[in-house]
Amino acid sequence: MLRFEHVSKRYPDAGEALTDVSFHLHRGEMAFLTGRSGAGKSTLLKLIAMMEQCTRGSVSLDGQDITRIGERKIPYMRRNLGLIFQDYKLLNDRTVFDNVALPLVVSGYNHQEVARRVRASLDKVGLLGKEKKHPLALSGGEQQRVGIARAIVNKPKLILADEPTGNLDPDLSAEVMFMFEQFKQVGVTVLIASHDIELINHLGHRVLTLDKGHLVAS
Amino acid sequence: MKRNHRKQAGSRLVELFQAYLLNHAHGLFSSLGRLSRTPFTSVMTILVLAIAISLASSFYIVVANIQQLTGNLESSNQMSLFLHDNITDAAGQKLAEQIQQNGSVVDVKFISKKQALEEFKANSGFSDALNALERNPLPSVIQVVPKNALENNEDIEKLMADFKQFPQVDFVQVDMQWVARLQTIMLIASRGVMLVSLLLGFAVTFITGNTIRLELQNRQDEVFISKLVGATHAFIQRPFLYTGFWLGFISGFLGWLIMTIMLLILETPVEKLSTLYNSSFDLLFLSFSEFILLLMISSVLAVVGSWAVLHYQLRQLKPQ
Repeated sequence: MLRFEHVSKRYPDAGEALTDVSFHLHRGEMAFLTGRSGAGKSTLLKLIAMMEQCTRGSVSLDGQDITRIGERKIPYMRRNLGLIFQDYKLLNDRTVFDNVALPLVVSGYNHQEVARRVRASLDKVGLLGKEKKHPLALSGGEQQRVGIARAIVNKPKLILADEPTGNLDPDLSAEVMFMFEQFKQVGVTVLIASHDIELINHLGHRVLTLDKGHLVAS
Repeated sequence: MKRNHRKQAGSRLVELFQAYLLNHAHGLFSSLGRLSRTPFTSVMTILVLAIAISLASSFYIVVANIQQLTGNLESSNQMSLFLHDNITDAAGQKLAEQIQQNGSVVDVKFISKKQALEEFKANSGFSDALNALERNPLPSVIQVVPKNALENNEDIEKLMADFKQFPQVDFVQVDMQWVARLQTIMLIASRGVMLVSLLLGFAVTFITGNTIRLELQNRQDEVFISKLVGATHAFIQRPFLYTGFWLGFISGFLGWLIMTIMLLILETPVEKLSTLYNSSFDLLFLSFSEFILLLMISSVLAVVGSWAVLHYQLRQLKPQ
């Protein structure tokens, strides 16, 4: 599903962020990506999200090589991804409904289909009935769940989460992780960057550990 | 199974098209709503644009008015054949009829000494002084309007030479030269107006482009997030292009309004001046089709400015 082969990424002024990283995530697999800050977690996620391109090696997603993907194809490839961020990245001037609907509107779904899928998605994260609220009127945990609803609304093949529980207390974190496990159940591949070692060990999934740009354990 | 699949693909296409239209409609109206949410900035921008547009269109209408004025003068590329003092009215009339036969002449009019005096008295305001004269100092005149085709000087001069051959004719005068000069001045003026309008058009393009650039910066988060959920550049830039369109459209209308108000203010004194010259000069306003053209030009310029900025900046804006 997600394959890294001898991937290196060098930034012109910051040096090498990733060195010879290889791993493979299967369909429906859930894995954690850990490491200290600066170990290259963000860089690795950026390569998958096509926000950066690697200097050497190759990255492929669902059998398609995205290493040197053309600018024009990136939007269409990104529709296979569900991205979740530590700071939620919600549009605060739009309602919960509009936030969750964005990936569908972008892909050109009609009104009824958008409404149906947004409700289904909000139902999955337990926020049905809050469609008309604005993000800032919600708690942190609820905002993150809006972010998750937005990530899954397009039925992505791969969910990438960057420190999704970074701003949440342990109870809410566990709740969010439980949700990810449910997505895994229905065949979605999930990759979560986190340094909440306790939680990671408790859940017992595959762990990819980065240290100074090297993959030291997978 | 296969047919079902094809049917599904077809309905997805229809769905995409419907969503596309809806997206455009949404862009059209939401961008208008967005402009109204930052009224101060929007009004400032629109006023600057409207002033530029009203300047360009005012120059245009001034030239159009003067051209209309010189257009009236076109009939005065006529020739005046002044006859010798001893030629009788009957002989003059006969000569006029003879000239009428000439193929390169459209109209011939004989003005007797007496008529000339009456006309002069009526129009010059010197009637008292003229009454004091013992005899009529004015010669008989034959006014000849050459064919419009005779626009080049050679033909006119040839005709002039022909008329000079008549023994009855004292001398021939053509009003061509100063008309030609005036027309050249008008040509320079309209070229100048074109150049100034071109500059003002660039100004409209750049001002809109810059406004859109600021708007894009204000909405950076939205752009990033849209990019990350798989929005194409076309999708992201659509509402901004509509903002540009509205800026141009509204400014075009406002520019027209400013110019029309200026013309209305000038109309009365211009008409007064015109009556002082015994002329029936009507101030020319922008016609309906010119008005539509103005709206179209200002909208297009604004959209082009927005597009250029978006085309460049959207590639620069990379989500972090």
